[in-house]
Amino acid sequence: MLALGQDEIAKYPFLADAGQYLKDQGFSLEQFGSDPDLKQLIEKAYERIRVAADGKIYKSDLDGDHVSNSAALPREVFSFLLAIVLLKLSGMHTLIKRFSLAEARRAEKYLEKDLANISDESKNQLAIRVIDDLFSVQVEKLDNYFVIPVSNYLKHSINFHEREWKLINRHVEDGKVYLSPHETVRLIRKELGTYINSKIINARTPAMIPGFEDSVNKLVSLSKKFVTYTVTTGEYPPCVKHAIEILEKGENLPHSGRFMLATFLLSKGQPVQQIAPLFKNAPDYNERVTLYQLNHLAGTSGSGTHYSCPSCEKLKTQNLCYATSECDNIINPLQFGRKKNNARR
Amino acid sequence: MQDVDIKFLENSFKKYYFEHFDQIKVPGRTSEREFGYQKFNSGMTRHIAIKDNKELHLMIIQNIPSDIYCSNAYYTFPNLPMNEKDWKEADLIFDIDAKDLNLSCRENHTVSICNECNEVTKNTSQCSKCNSTKLEKKSLTCKNCINASKTEVSKLSEVLIDDFAITKDNIHVYFSGNEGFHVYVYDSQFQEIGSRERSELTDYISLRGSIPETFGMKKLKQDRASFPDFDEKGWRGRFAKQIFGSKSKRSKIITELLTNGYSSFQKTLDDLSESIGVKIDPNVTMDIHRIFRLPGSINSKSGLTKIQCNDLTKFDPYIEASFLSDDTVEIFANCPIEFKLKNKTFGPYINEIVTVPTFAAVYMICKKLARIA
Repeated sequence: MLALGQDEIAKYPFLADAGQYLKDQGFSLEQFGSDPDLKQLIEKAYERIRVAADGKIYKSDLDGDHVSNSAALPREVFSFLLAIVLLKLSGMHTLIKRFSLAEARRAEKYLEKDLANISDESKNQLAIRVIDDLFSVQVEKLDNYFVIPVSNYLKHSINFHEREWKLINRHVEDGKVYLSPHETVRLIRKELGTYINSKIINARTPAMIPGFEDSVNKLVSLSKKFVTYTVTTGEYPPCVKHAIEILEKGENLPHSGRFMLATFLLSKGQPVQQIAPLFKNAPDYNERVTLYQLNHLAGTSGSGTHYSCPSCEKLKTQNLCYATSECDNIINPLQFGRKKNNARR
Repeated sequence: MQDVDIKFLENSFKKYYFEHFDQIKVPGRTSEREFGYQKFNSGMTRHIAIKDNKELHLMIIQNIPSDIYCSNAYYTFPNLPMNEKDWKEADLIFDIDAKDLNLSCRENHTVSICNECNEVTKNTSQCSKCNSTKLEKKSLTCKNCINASKTEVSKLSEVLIDDFAITKDNIHVYFSGNEGFHVYVYDSQFQEIGSRERSELTDYISLRGSIPETFGMKKLKQDRASFPDFDEKGWRGRFAKQIFGSKSKRSKIITELLTNGYSSFQKTLDDLSESIGVKIDPNVTMDIHRIFRLPGSINSKSGLTKIQCNDLTKFDPYIEASFLSDDTVEIFANCPIEFKLKNKTFGPYINEIVTVPTFAAVYMICKKLARIA
């Protein structure tokens, strides 16, 4: 693990060993529940979570990347560590997810600043090392760009659905992708969130600490805001409709199209016997083979693997996407027609 | 296919394998790969592990397969079921097939075989005899198809070398034995990437999914300076060469592009993908568990051999990939299209008994356009 200075721990508190940090600073968790001065920090920690739950980034006491007040540093780290304790005590996974994402966004800002810092080479190097150590992305500085191997880039970029992240929309040269500091950091946002999330999930849940109860209860009621209900229209997405049309006309639907149609209908709960007749107009129809393949996809024969419906992105590559405005930026045909209602109470 | 035809094909293939074992070698890291084969009129046998050339040759002689395959992937346990194999990495493979190139010549050398009544006609959408629409298409690939496929191979190599820093030595080109080429890339940074990443690579190579901003066109705040220049690397450079043509026209064309607007520019990009994007089959590249025809083995769609092309420009598959014997055989042929093999022209044959060399007989029987008389 990296050796971090005080201000770096404040910027990237998830890199610190929480227990060790408290010990080094000479505190125990119980003290935060009982000591009136320290108790404010629980309030601060709660606030840090509440802001995150609202989808905003917690406004830190750190001013830029230097610190105005030496007392602010440990406070900043404590509020992060206490927030984790509160989240563990409340057991609310939706809040942990939102908190991790917001903290990732916060750290992202610092990483970006550190990467772009041309006056302090050590800051630059630290950011590059954090990215390499945590996410195995080998960043190299080249003039004003950060360049990373294409294979490295792809491992992360495939998680994005915006077209600008597609490799084709990137500056590619000599096996490397050229990125700005902002893009470099943005590339690992999801993994940073996942990293923080897994650190929290894997942290030990302490027994309830006197003085923490109120904040924990507040978190439990806060999390109720985020229950979502899903309503489905039941209509098929255009890609599936198109595939059915092709088959009805007796034209040839490529293997990839058949795979999409079958996995889609299986996921919607249709039984194999009901799906098989759809293929009977195909030029090469063979009932025995069709049933075998459908059972294979459903996982009822063969290896037992249940195959899932390909993503919109994959269908685009295969020329099977016929998106309409009704698709509404879904990322998998199975989401078509689903309306999310946030039950804000 | 009737038994006597299968027997004939098996004998011809067996003779080839006996006489050309030097052509059929196991690929590197043999014991980590999965092998498979098919016999005539039978399903696929796969999940086979093979140690060396000797074992491979034994498998061939024991089974006389119609087709032999080998994985591009490396596994810890290649002979176990798919989810227990423990996938390690896979060579990057591209498939360029003449049938995907939308060539105008295809119409002239494609025949339709009716699945219901076996009637053979020149390319049609409905059987002229029984009106069935269940037709099997067979193409007798022409020189134009091969040349167009070669062009795609060259375009692909250029992108691989210039954009992805792959060395020329690590790119091997094979004639597939039927209508196209397989391009293998060894020891690249892409060995360990998965299926979704490979799919992104194929989009890049085929210039698919690009947005106007990438080539300098913006919705608001238009800026002439952000359009590509001739000396730029990658697709921006290729865009400049294709769209501007010459340096002197650059300025004038940028003005036109700006006047036509953003959505028209998107259309330009889609057309560009069609004209200069490399036409590879994305499904082949992104399948990391596939088994590919083994180099040196015969393709049962044609009777031609899958062989490596060392000089692509000069390569003529209809001379160099035809290894079957010249011994003549009598067949009943219904092949309405003329074709050329080993510098000899055959057909058209309309429901007639003809005597032809084995290599030509095999070609027609494989295409279901003839049977042993």
